[in-house]
Amino acid sequence: MTDTISSRSKYSGGPGAGPRPAAALPARGFFARNPSVLWFVLILTLLVLAVTLLSPAFGSGAMSTSFVKTLGKTLCLCLAALAMDIVWGYTGILSLGHMAFFALGGYMIGQWLMYARTQEIVVQALSAEALPPTAGEVAQGVASQIFGVVGGSDMPLIWSFAHSLPLQLAMVVLVPGVLALVFGWLAFRSRVTGVYLSILTQAMTLALALYLFQNDSGLRGNNGLSGLQNLPGMAATSQDLISIWFFWAAAAALVMAYVLLSWVVSGKFGSVIRAIRDDEARVRFLGYPVEGYKLFVFAVTAVICGVAGALYYPQAGIINPAELAPIASIYLAVWVAIGGRGRLYGSVIGAALVSLLSSWFTSGRVPSLPLGFYTIDWVDWWKVLLGLTFVLVTLFAPKGIGGLFDRFQGRRSPDRKGAPLGPDQGSLQEKEAVE
Amino acid sequence: MRKFLLALAWIGVTFVAAGMAQAQGVARIAADHAAEIERPSRLTIGPVIDQLAGSGDPMAARLLEAWVNKALGMRKSDHALFLLAPDPAGYALTDLTGAAAGTAGTEDIVELKPNAGVRGLIASALVQFTLSDPDPAKRATALTSIAQDPRAESLAPLRAAIASEPDPALKAQKRRLERLLTLRFDPDPKVRVAAMQGFGADSGLDLRAALTPLVATTRIAVTASPQDRNILRELKVGRDLTPEAAYDLLVADGSAPARISHEDQKKALAAHIEGGMVAGIPLADLARNAARDRAYTALEAAGQVPAAATDDEVAAAVAAHRFYEVYAEPDPAITTAAEAALKRIGLKVGTLQVADLALDGLSLAAIYFLAAIGLAITFGVMGVINMAHGEFITMGAYTGYVVQQIVPGYTAALIVAFPLAFAVTFGAGVAMERLVIRHLMKRPLETLLATFGISIALQQIFKNIFGTQAMPLTSPDWLGGALTFNDVVSISYIRIAIIVLAALFLGFFLYMMKRTRLGLEVRAVTQNPAMAASMGINPDRINMLTFGLGSGIAGIAGVAIGLFAKVTSELGTDYIVQSFMTVVVGGVGNIWGALAGATMIGGLQKAIEWLNPSNTLAAQTYMILFIILFIQVRPRGIIALKGRAAGD
Repeated sequence: MTDTISSRSKYSGGPGAGPRPAAALPARGFFARNPSVLWFVLILTLLVLAVTLLSPAFGSGAMSTSFVKTLGKTLCLCLAALAMDIVWGYTGILSLGHMAFFALGGYMIGQWLMYARTQEIVVQALSAEALPPTAGEVAQGVASQIFGVVGGSDMPLIWSFAHSLPLQLAMVVLVPGVLALVFGWLAFRSRVTGVYLSILTQAMTLALALYLFQNDSGLRGNNGLSGLQNLPGMAATSQDLISIWFFWAAAAALVMAYVLLSWVVSGKFGSVIRAIRDDEARVRFLGYPVEGYKLFVFAVTAVICGVAGALYYPQAGIINPAELAPIASIYLAVWVAIGGRGRLYGSVIGAALVSLLSSWFTSGRVPSLPLGFYTIDWVDWWKVLLGLTFVLVTLFAPKGIGGLFDRFQGRRSPDRKGAPLGPDQGSLQEKEAVE
Repeated sequence: MRKFLLALAWIGVTFVAAGMAQAQGVARIAADHAAEIERPSRLTIGPVIDQLAGSGDPMAARLLEAWVNKALGMRKSDHALFLLAPDPAGYALTDLTGAAAGTAGTEDIVELKPNAGVRGLIASALVQFTLSDPDPAKRATALTSIAQDPRAESLAPLRAAIASEPDPALKAQKRRLERLLTLRFDPDPKVRVAAMQGFGADSGLDLRAALTPLVATTRIAVTASPQDRNILRELKVGRDLTPEAAYDLLVADGSAPARISHEDQKKALAAHIEGGMVAGIPLADLARNAARDRAYTALEAAGQVPAAATDDEVAAAVAAHRFYEVYAEPDPAITTAAEAALKRIGLKVGTLQVADLALDGLSLAAIYFLAAIGLAITFGVMGVINMAHGEFITMGAYTGYVVQQIVPGYTAALIVAFPLAFAVTFGAGVAMERLVIRHLMKRPLETLLATFGISIALQQIFKNIFGTQAMPLTSPDWLGGALTFNDVVSISYIRIAIIVLAALFLGFFLYMMKRTRLGLEVRAVTQNPAMAASMGINPDRINMLTFGLGSGIAGIAGVAIGLFAKVTSELGTDYIVQSFMTVVVGGVGNIWGALAGATMIGGLQKAIEWLNPSNTLAAQTYMILFIILFIQVRPRGIIALKGRAAGD
C-alpha cells in the first residue's frame, strides 16, 4: 500500500506513455512489490501479542480459553482461504472441494491424536492388572476402544501409520496432495473447465463425504474422530496452554504461507496463473503447459488446506464427515468472494470476518431485531442474511471488501475502451498489466 | 440269525397291532393310551395321535377335533373318555363310538386341556380330515397349514384327497403341494428326484423353501475319510476355514478340550504369582504370548490349572483332523438333483431380478430426469448453473404440502398442487432471472455463486417457516400398493406414476422445442444469441421464459418427489448433485441428453446397489467416481452438441 502514488502515476499516463515494458522496470524489492506483506505481518504480530497478553495461560485471562480457540480456528480458516484464493482468485479454478482437503488433513492428524491418546488410556488401564500387557492386548484394547462405537474391534488398514506422529504428519501432506494430484490430473487433462469443473469438484467432495459416512470406511462413520483436543502425553497440561500453543502455531503457519504465496504470485509464476485465469486458451497457444500449472496450483493449495485442517481440528476437538459436506467448500468460496479475490489479504479478511461474524450470530448472543409484526431471531435468520449479502456482493461489489482498499488507494479499473475486462471481474487485474 | 428273527417278530407284532387298531377303532386305541391322553406331552404323544388319525375310524376326526378344542373329557369314576357338549346338567356326553351317553355333572368330568405344543400336533393330524371337508374354505385352510408346516405324515392323506377334489383350483393346489411333499418325504429316492425334475424352471418361493433344506450342510471333523456320509467337499484349513473355526468344530464334537482364551489364561496366571514369578518365569517376561503359554503349560504340568489347549496344542489337534462339509441328506442322488433344481431356479430368479432391477432403475431414472430436466434447459439454453434448483424442488414440495393442508381430499389436492407448484416456482424463477442472473451474464462462475447465495437463504427460510421436521405429503389411495408380476418382479404404483409423469414431460418438451414458435426461438438463442437477436428474437425474454419454465418443472418434480420422500428443507439438496451429474453426463443443452444421463445414472446406481445391497452410501460414492472417470472418456457428455453450437 506504499506504492499508491507510483501505481496511480502509471495509470494516469497519456496515450503515448503507456505501460512500460516489464524489462525496463527497475528491480524492486520483495516488500516493495508486496506492500501488504509488511502490513499483514505487523497486524498479525500485534494480534498474537494481544491475544497472548489477554490469554488465561500467559496474560490477564480477560479472554476465555474457548475464545482463544475460536481465534486459532479462525486463523486456520484464513489459511484455507488463502489457498482458495490462489486456486480461484489467481488461477480461476472455482474448486468446490478444498474444504474436503482441509477435513482430510484433520482426519490424518486426528488418527494419530486419537490412537496415541487411546493407547495411553489402555496401557494405563492394563497396567493395573497383575501381568504386564502383551502388545496384542494393547492393540486389541485400542481397537475396541476406538471402533466399539461402530461395532468393530479390528484396526482397519488405513490406521497402519496411526502409531507414529512423523508418519501421520507425512500423511497430512500426502493424502490431500495425492488426492488432488489424481483428481486434478483426471479433470485437467480432459479439459474440464469453468462450471463443469466446479460441479465435478463438488461431486468429488460429496463422494468422499458419503464414503466417510459409512461405518466400514474405517474412520468411525458419522461418529468421526473425537477427543482431539487432548494431546497424547500431556494429560496434565491444561487446555489454556494448549489453546495458546495452537494459536501461535496457526499464526506462524498463516504468516509463512502468506509470505511464501506473496512471493510466488508476485513472480513470473503468478503472472502465468493469472493469465490462465483470464484467457486459458491464449496461454496454451503461447506454449505454456497450462495443465501442469493448474495441476501444481491445485495440489499445492490442497496441501495447504490439509495443513490448515491439521491445525484446526485439534482445536475443534472433533471431526466428522459432515465437515466434508459440499456446503463447507462453498462457504470457503463465499468468504474469499466477500473478502475480495485475486488479492491475498482479501481472502484473509473475508474468512476472518465472515467466520467470526457467523459464529457470533449463531451463538445467540446477538440481540433479536423486533420489527413490530415479527421478531428476527438472528440464530434463525443469519444464514438468510449471509446468503442475500453474498448475492448483493456478487452483483454490486464483485471485488468484495478488497474493493474498499482499491478506493482507499485510488486505484481504478483499467480503461479498456469498452472491451471486456475478462471473465472474472472480481479478481484484481490491473496490477499485472505493468509488472 | 437271532437278531433277524427278533426283527421279524417285531414287524409281525407291529402289523398285528396296526390291524387290531384298524379293527377296534378309536375307542380301543383311546382306552389303551388313556394315561398318555390324559397327561399328554409333546414328545411322547405323537405316535398315539398318529395311531388315532390312521385308524380309519370316522370317529377319529371328531375325537381329535374335540381334543384340540378342549371338548374332550374323562369321567373321574372309570377314566373313560367322552366328547363333551354343554348341557344344563353340566355336560352332554358322547362316547367314542359316536353314541350318546347321557349327561354328567361338571364335578364328575375332568376336561382335558392339552398344551399348545400338543394342540399343534393334533391340529396337523386333523389336517388330513379337513382335506376332504365339504367346505372348500376349510380345505383351502388345511392346504395352507400343510404348506406352512410340511410333514411326512401329511403326504399320504394329501395324495388320497386329490382324486376326490371337485374344485379345479384347489385340485391344482393340492397337486402342487403333493409334489412338494413328495420331493421331500417320499420314501423312494427315484420318485423324489422325478418330482424335483418335474418342476422344471418353476421358481416359486414354496419350491425354493422345499428344496433348500435338502441341500443343508454341516461341517464335521474326522480323523479318517468319512465313507458313509454324503460329502459336499473337503475343507482345507487356511483356505476354506480358519484354524480357529476348525478347532471350534473339534471342541463342539467333544474331541478336543476348549481353548483357553487370552483373558482366562491371564486370570489363571495372575492367580499363581509367587514372588514375582509365575511357574519360574519372571513377570516382566509375561508381556509376550509365547512366554505366557510356557508358563501355563508349566502350571498345567504341576496340576495347578485345568488342562486347556494352548496355541501349539490347537495347531497339532487341527493338523490331526480332516474337515468335511457334508449334506444332512444322506442320498447323493437327491442332493445332486436338488442342487441342479436350485441352480435352474437361481438362473430364472436371476433373470427376474434383472428385470426387477431394470424397473427400479427406470423409476430412479425417471426421478432424476424430472429433477434434472429443468436444470438441463436452463444450463443448456443460458449456460447458467442454477445452484438454487434444488431449493426450487423443495419449494414445489412445500407448495404441495400447503395445498394438502387447505384442500380436502388427497386426489383433489394433488390436482391443485401440480399447477400451483409450477406457478409458484415459475414466478420464483422469473424473479431470480430478472433480479440476479440477467446482471451476471457471461460470468458463469459468479452466477453459480450468486445462485448459491440464494440457495442458502431459501433453505434457511424454509427451515424458519416449516421447521426442521419432515412434513408428510400423502399420496392418494389409488397410488398406494404395487403392481406385482410375480414374487420377484413388482413395482409400486407411485413409481409407475412418476415414470408416466417423466414420459409426459419428455413428450411435452420435445413438442415444445420442435413444434412451437417458442421452441424455435429457444433453439435459436441456444445456438447463437447474437444472431437470434438480429433476427428479431428478444433473447432477454426467451431467457426469462426458459428460466421460468425450468424452475417450474423443478416445482412439479418437487411435488412428485415429495409423494414418496419426506418433505424437509433439505429435500432438494439430496437431488441437486445427482441432477448436475445427470446433465453433465448426458450432455448439455439437449433433452435427449438429460434422458440418457438420467437413464445411465439411475440404472447404474441400482446396479451398484444390487452388487452391494447393504450399502447405499457406497453405491453413491462409486457412482460419483464412475462419473468422474466417464467425463474422461466423453467430456461433453453422452449426447454432445456438434458444430458451432458446441461453443468453446
